[in-house]
Amino acid sequence: MAELAKTSEAVHRDYTGAKIGMWLFLFTEILLFGGLFLVYAVYRTKHQADFHTAAAELSVAIGAANTMILLTSSLTMALAIAAIRRSAKTASIVFQSLTILFAVIFLVNKYFEWGAKIGHGLYPNSPELLAQSHGTILFYGLYYVMTGLHALHVLIGIGLLLTMLILTVRDRITNTDFVKLENSGLYWHLVDIVWIYLFPLLYLIT
Amino acid sequence: MNDKEQNISTGAYIGIWAALIVLTGITVWVAGLHLGNLSTITALAIATVKTTLVLLFFMHLRYEKPLFIIMLFAPIVTLATIIGLTFVDVWFR
Amino acid sequence: METNFYTYSGKHRGILAWILSTDHKRIGLLYLSSMFTFFLAGATLGILMRLELIAPGPTIMTAQTYNAVFTLHGVIMIFLFIIPGIPAALGNFMLPLQIGARDVAFPRLNLLSWWFFITGGLIALTSLFTGGGPPDTGWTFYVPYSIRTGTNVSLALFGVFLLGLSSTLTGLNFVTTIHRMRAPGMTWFRLPLFQWSLYATGWVQLLATPILGITLLLVIIERFFGVGFFDPAKGGDPLLFEHLFWIYSHPAVYIMILPAMGAVSEIIPAFARRTIFGYKAIAYSSLAIALVGYLVWGHHMFTSGMSDASRVVFSLLTFLVAIPSGVKVFNWVASLYRGSIQTDAPMLFTLGFIFLFSIGGLTGLINGALSVNIHIHGTHFIVAHFHYTMFGGTAFAFFAALHYWFPKMFGRMYREGLARVAWFIIFIGFNTLYFPMFVLGWQGMPRRYYDYLPQFQTGNIISTIGSWILVSGLLLMLFNLVRSISKGEKVGDNPWGATTLEWKTSSPPPHNNFAEIPTVTTGPYVFK
Ligand SMILES: [Cu+2]
Repeated sequence: MAELAKTSEAVHRDYTGAKIGMWLFLFTEILLFGGLFLVYAVYRTKHQADFHTAAAELSVAIGAANTMILLTSSLTMALAIAAIRRSAKTASIVFQSLTILFAVIFLVNKYFEWGAKIGHGLYPNSPELLAQSHGTILFYGLYYVMTGLHALHVLIGIGLLLTMLILTVRDRITNTDFVKLENSGLYWHLVDIVWIYLFPLLYLIT
Repeated sequence: MNDKEQNISTGAYIGIWAALIVLTGITVWVAGLHLGNLSTITALAIATVKTTLVLLFFMHLRYEKPLFIIMLFAPIVTLATIIGLTFVDVWFR
Repeated sequence: METNFYTYSGKHRGILAWILSTDHKRIGLLYLSSMFTFFLAGATLGILMRLELIAPGPTIMTAQTYNAVFTLHGVIMIFLFIIPGIPAALGNFMLPLQIGARDVAFPRLNLLSWWFFITGGLIALTSLFTGGGPPDTGWTFYVPYSIRTGTNVSLALFGVFLLGLSSTLTGLNFVTTIHRMRAPGMTWFRLPLFQWSLYATGWVQLLATPILGITLLLVIIERFFGVGFFDPAKGGDPLLFEHLFWIYSHPAVYIMILPAMGAVSEIIPAFARRTIFGYKAIAYSSLAIALVGYLVWGHHMFTSGMSDASRVVFSLLTFLVAIPSGVKVFNWVASLYRGSIQTDAPMLFTLGFIFLFSIGGLTGLINGALSVNIHIHGTHFIVAHFHYTMFGGTAFAFFAALHYWFPKMFGRMYREGLARVAWFIIFIGFNTLYFPMFVLGWQGMPRRYYDYLPQFQTGNIISTIGSWILVSGLLLMLFNLVRSISKGEKVGDNPWGATTLEWKTSSPPPHNNFAEIPTVTTGPYVFK
């Protein structure tokens, strides 16, 4: 522990500090999406009926499937951290890879979902959409922006988790030094939480 | 590091996951009932229960220092206040 | 021979030893120098605006140029000078020193914040010379104009987005540092008050800036994809943009003023030679300001067509936020009572701060009163009000703190006589420049117009002359400080006889801040 006196190393071993930092970052994410939820709330209040008819166009099945996929990826993420704590390196690598796989499947689904909508001429500023009611325009605007921002976070998550995977393989993340993996997990669970709200708000307005 | 966390078994994690899946099923089912205004409230309530499960277990908040949970109230209260005050305008305009 | 952080040799050499350094002291000085460069640019634009207004009709620029100039003046002064101002420059330098730590919690993130800052600043400046010409929306970027104008708004918005990110990450770093890195014995109520203000500011940065981020992103998306959120033709609600914008931008004024209040709370005990009056009241009022500051944004929208109910609620809440500020002013003045006051430059700037900020704060209440606001909204009265709080408040406190910590940062002293003369010129120039605007605004002269009715000319001439006085004072002050970095008289580690921890280490501090981490046994302001 002699080098602890140099403290910039000691700083990085403050797990609680690292986790506080990560949680504070998540708070900023909550408010970033929170701003969008505010926009959603205001426009939904103004255009109840339009939102209902517009939302009926979305496929509940795809939305529900994607919800389950993300929830399962959250499980494998938690298991990956639990595994590294037990020094089960291989198990952790498997769980991390599964998490990434689920994330990719989520995005593939999203791609087809967006593709189908765009194929029907339903995208921001499209002539088809502009012919519809204000509420419908706003609903689809929210749909694209909210799921788009969320998908961007999934994409970043994939990059982050790939980095963690490499670090685990190279023994840079071990059972005594895994706060990076834990913080990546926190990020990933937050992405999941955002979706937990997006799903009913966009797909289940009946 | 917190040793208590070590105690969450794989089975417990899977249990939480199962609960989350079941809750997702319930939201979809409730949405099909056409409860009107009530359906938004139930959907948000169920989403909040799911979020709480993720926060407490997957994100280990249950096993962290109380400071973490106290801090978490800051963004939640802020967001609620912002939305509430904006609606003082939206509702009465 | 002990090396200080200037002579310490790290991994890199030359300029890289600065722009790649993770040492909070070097990063603080990076901010300080880049900020002052931006400040001079913003001040130049301000001077040009005042020159245009010396006579009615076109004087030195066209109406379109004037629109661009006031936009850029606002963007630069707010996002590049006064928001990073005290926390990022002086806060970075002093935060670890004051709590007895060797660095901030995340040194590399700290460097990244500066990189976001400088990139965002340069992008914002690039928007001047590229695309459809400099943005002409005002720093508030109000829709629907900002989504329709052909000027280079998107790039400027992206620059500001990066600046917001930088500010958020600084807040994250500071809050974590204050939680985790205090020296042994440094309990929460032994924290210097500057730290309390940085802590409160950090939370505001964390919880308010993301709203700005998403709002700016939405405007950019709107400009590129025509989603319709803020376009009335597609059902969008421009008022919602104003809500989102001010949800950030009102708390942002507390990002600007809280650290200033904190710095003042350090200087007063040091120059009155007695402990601060009402330590806890000042500490808690920082948190209270951060909290209540969230609830008042609607006072910027009284004439925008909000519901009557919300106008009444926001007006009432605005009056509440004056209470914690009043608590602070009361405590500062009470701390001076029976102190043995020394009137060196830091103290003079501090007294200037208390006086000018009080005017700014009280005129804020005038603006906050719903009925009066209808009369003065969008006039020069508002311009005068916020320059009294932001310049008379924050910038004066910033200059006070700069003089106060100058010997700590550079190990040398500025020339006291010159500093006092500069203070006097700045104080006179400031009031000559901005006070007439109260009168002009009350008489009905609108802001953001490059032209005015002939009856307003006298006030405008006085104001423009004031801008010349103010700038000469500022230049004198900067000259004094810059020359003293290398030519100033060498002084000891604690020339003011102050009591907080940063004065216990050498000047300039060593790379690791303290040879040995101090143990704290008393509150911050115990004078023997
Ligand atoms: Cu305000």
